[in-house]
Amino acid sequence: MRLNAAELTCRRGGRDVFSGVRFSVGAGQALAISGRNGAGKSSLLRIVAGLIRPAAGRLWLEAGEPELSIAEQAHYLGHQDAVKPSLSVRENLEFWTAFLGDAAIKAQLALDSVGLGPIASLPAAFLSAGQRRRLSIARLIAVKRPIWLLDEPTSTLDVAAQQRLAELMRSHLAEGGLILAATHSTLGLGGGQYSVHELSLDQTNPPPFDLPAQRQEQRT
Amino acid sequence: MKPLSALLFRDMRIAVRVGGGALMGVLFFLVVVALTPFAVGPDLALLKRIGPAILWLAALLASLLALDRLFASDHEDGSLDLILTGRAPLELVVAAKGLAHWLTTALPLVVAAPFLGFFLNLDGAAASGLVLTFVVGTPALTFIGLIGAAIAVTLRRGGLLLAVIVLPLTVPVLIFGVAAANAAIAGPVSFGTPFTVLCALTLASLAIGPFAAAAALRLEIE
Repeated sequence: MRLNAAELTCRRGGRDVFSGVRFSVGAGQALAISGRNGAGKSSLLRIVAGLIRPAAGRLWLEAGEPELSIAEQAHYLGHQDAVKPSLSVRENLEFWTAFLGDAAIKAQLALDSVGLGPIASLPAAFLSAGQRRRLSIARLIAVKRPIWLLDEPTSTLDVAAQQRLAELMRSHLAEGGLILAATHSTLGLGGGQYSVHELSLDQTNPPPFDLPAQRQEQRT
Repeated sequence: MKPLSALLFRDMRIAVRVGGGALMGVLFFLVVVALTPFAVGPDLALLKRIGPAILWLAALLASLLALDRLFASDHEDGSLDLILTGRAPLELVVAAKGLAHWLTTALPLVVAAPFLGFFLNLDGAAASGLVLTFVVGTPALTFIGLIGAAIAVTLRRGGLLLAVIVLPLTVPVLIFGVAAANAAIAGPVSFGTPFTVLCALTLASLAIGPFAAAAALRLEIE
């Protein structure tokens, strides 16, 4: 399985966020997407998840399921955690596993593996931001999908949970999955046995602060 | 079918728990209908004549109440992104959400209508005719409302816009719903004529609503 992109351009609100982005990620590989605020890291992941259409360019998957789109073979972990406060922790997870596909492991096991096992029957309204994030990470292991799209997955996580996430990512890569992650820091995958490619969106962009200069030109 | 039934039960569960909108509609319905006799006065003949219209009007407005949160709450907490990336067709997802909304907000109105009918001097036969028009007509209100809810999904306070979009489309349902109920009570027209048109309106909205709402959602999320 290999995910490729060629000359991707994203236009938001009439402005080119990035253009000419290309990458190629194979099974067992991760792509760390970096860039300043507003460089389009989230937009790139949303394009792969099929939530935004690219203005130009091509995105294709080699050796995937031919019947399914890229988004349907991917897990998308966005800024928001898709957690309903009035449902319990377990009900939240069980809904997403039933909605997204067949459960690979029992909900309780998935909750245990992110450290939410003891509070599975608590309403999700009482969870902290980090616990909500861990609940949505439990979704990634409860349902098997080969592609993980992670948008700043470590934000709000404490050090132990960040290490746990890195472990989960390593085992996902070891099973032949692939990961696209937008991040400001390192992914914490460490070691040379996992191939982590880097994609910086800063070079592919128009210069960041060109508006004041244009205004001056208009005045003169 | 499993994703859709999971979504149906989740939406119903959320609606009946704290902060859900299940009882809001029926309480509003109760308030409006209970206040009408005080406003109109104790003229039993007049109450009987305007009773079906009051009940239908109250049901129409009550069904709008919780509608603006139908997709907006899923949009705000990111659930809609996951629903869009899921494998279930969006049209069926929208229909499942519409069904859950009907079961939790409109079905209580149908159940409450015959009891509230007594406030407006409707006898048993009139009340059963009215309930029949409610059972057939309220799905049309919900599924037309789906379109408005999908269009207003990204707006923070979309309630008023929703009413402006949805209410004109529901006017035919209101006209034929009240006409059928009146025909069942007194009218010279036979009950069947307006009732058949009401059935047709509901079937049309069941067919068109999910597709229009799904198309609106896909556009809005970008």
